Amino acid sequence: MPEPEPVSEPVSGGTPGAAPAAGNPSGATIELENLTKRYPGNPAPAVDCVNMEIKAGELVVFVGPSGCGKTTTMKMINRLIEPTSGRIRIDDEDVTDMDPVKLRRKIGYAIQSSGLFPHMTVAQNIALVPRMTGWSKGRTDARVEEMLDLVGLDPGEFRGRYPRQLSGGQQQRVGVARALAADPPVLLMDEPFGAVDPITRDHLQDELIRLQHELHKTIVFVTHDFDEAIKLGDRIAVLRERSHIAQFDTPEAILTNPADDFVSGFVGAGAALKRLNLTRVRDVEIVDVPTAAVDDPLQSIFDKLRAGTTNEVLLLDRHRRPYKWLRRGDLMRARGSLARAGTLVHDTVTRDATLRDALEAVLTDNAGRVPVTGRRGEYEGVVDMETLMNSVHELLEEDRLDAVEHQHRLEEQRAQQTRQEQEGAPPDPPPDGPEGLR
Amino acid sequence: MTFWEYVGSRHEQLLADTYQHAGAVFQCMVVATLIGVAIGVLTYRSEWAGNLAVTATATVLTVPSLALIGLLIPVTGLGVAPTVTALVLYGLLPVVRNAIVGLRGVDPSLVDAATGIGMSRVARLFRVELPLAWPPILTGIRVATQMLMGIAAIAAYASGPGLGNEIFRGISSLGSANALNQVLAGTLGIIVLALLFDAAYVLIGRLTIPRGIRA
Repeated sequence: MPEPEPVSEPVSGGTPGAAPAAGNPSGATIELENLTKRYPGNPAPAVDCVNMEIKAGELVVFVGPSGCGKTTTMKMINRLIEPTSGRIRIDDEDVTDMDPVKLRRKIGYAIQSSGLFPHMTVAQNIALVPRMTGWSKGRTDARVEEMLDLVGLDPGEFRGRYPRQLSGGQQQRVGVARALAADPPVLLMDEPFGAVDPITRDHLQDELIRLQHELHKTIVFVTHDFDEAIKLGDRIAVLRERSHIAQFDTPEAILTNPADDFVSGFVGAGAALKRLNLTRVRDVEIVDVPTAAVDDPLQSIFDKLRAGTTNEVLLLDRHRRPYKWLRRGDLMRARGSLARAGTLVHDTVTRDATLRDALEAVLTDNAGRVPVTGRRGEYEGVVDMETLMNSVHELLEEDRLDAVEHQHRLEEQRAQQTRQEQEGAPPDPPPDGPEGLR
Repeated sequence: MTFWEYVGSRHEQLLADTYQHAGAVFQCMVVATLIGVAIGVLTYRSEWAGNLAVTATATVLTVPSLALIGLLIPVTGLGVAPTVTALVLYGLLPVVRNAIVGLRGVDPSLVDAATGIGMSRVARLFRVELPLAWPPILTGIRVATQMLMGIAAIAAYASGPGLGNEIFRGISSLGSANALNQVLAGTLGIIVLALLFDAAYVLIGRLTIPRGIRA
């Protein structure tokens, strides 16, 4: 049955002659210089003199307690909130006085409640920015399909749906698709996954990591969830009240070497466990175990069990997916029937899983080992307790060394500065330390 | 003469009156909608201006319609002019109030999103705020129309068009053979018209409210 079309036809907004977004696949640098926001009637600024450099293609997370000004700081980048003073530069272009409407069309924007317009279909929502920037109908339609594919929604099924016909997670995906539709170099995300359930949030975070691997946008991501910050951020800016930067560094550095008590308080307990979230199974050594296929003759499986150094083999199904663990005694006890022998593999991890997930799986497995699988679930190897322990020790040791070196460099810099000041020479501008500010 | 015989013998006159009645209400409603929505759009952002607009239009409604038309006659003369002025003024209140309530009721996060993705103020108003505020505005128009149906009958007092003429003729010749039939014909005509208009609004709602926000 044909549904009546809405007749309230939208009025074209802004200048139709605006240049379409350049097909620039990678991000842009963002520089904030002495950025300050004061609200009238309040002597203390809401955001006080923020200086920050964000590299092209970097995902930076602003994290801090509620009311610390992280959202205000982010909204000044697309000038939803006009800064009281200070400059904003995107790709070395000063955008502080540029027409905000034009500026915003070059900056993707995704917010917590998805911000989808309920009276427009999914396709109409995604097409908004491309149409406003003057893309042709055909190009926009193709782009809508592409974006839906990109965020993992089937265009045929979802194109014509209205937001209220989607789950919270699907709405968020469409929100991200809309933000990315005109291919902006910069993407601002304001707690985009704050309102979805933990499992969906986890999926969406993984999706964002995958997207970012493909797209290399410059993303500023605001959250109050430190674990989310660690999982997503290339660098994390821990903000305290008035958006003062307590520390701006890689997640590893913040976990192993928090700058002060505020940061360590925010990091919370269990930094070593959180560190596990930063490393993936593909980064650690996985071991090979003897395997057999379900179709193999029993005799050859017996032979493998007898000849092998371990006393069990991993039985793979026809698609080479891990199926059962077989121990030496199992076959005897089951009187030679593969169907009854052995214990089923109930958990596997992928190469992309974090070490934390792997540890979880290893701990719940009664023999302390878990098969690692590839994209289609096929067997690739096994992680066990021993591998994990060794990797974690190595990681923490490396982090510690990095931190010590970092500390050393900072002290050297400071010593040099003091020396120069004492000699009366003007101090050199401090070289870009790894923390990139101060 | 029974009522039906009366209607049968006077159907041409009655149809002409009905047509004029409907035409007057419809045209005045269009004008009231345009003015009312415009007032809503101009004032909803400011607490002060919005409240003033609602109070002012509400005050008009407290003036009895007969009195208002009577007051308008010295200014506009007799006939169509006082009718149109009165109907538009009475039609404003529900439209203005619902427009302001509807526009203020748009989820602020959607307004933020619209601005954030680079819509200009005009685009935001026409593509996001007004479409989302449209269902309450339409309800306002519907209520106003019902009201105007009755008020338009009073317009006959100032020699205006419409079914009110039947009613007034009947009242002025009370006791004569057709007096009751005239009043009855005028009143029933207005009721039928009101029901037809209401049905039309249901249809308009189906056609203009996007499926995504239809209740």
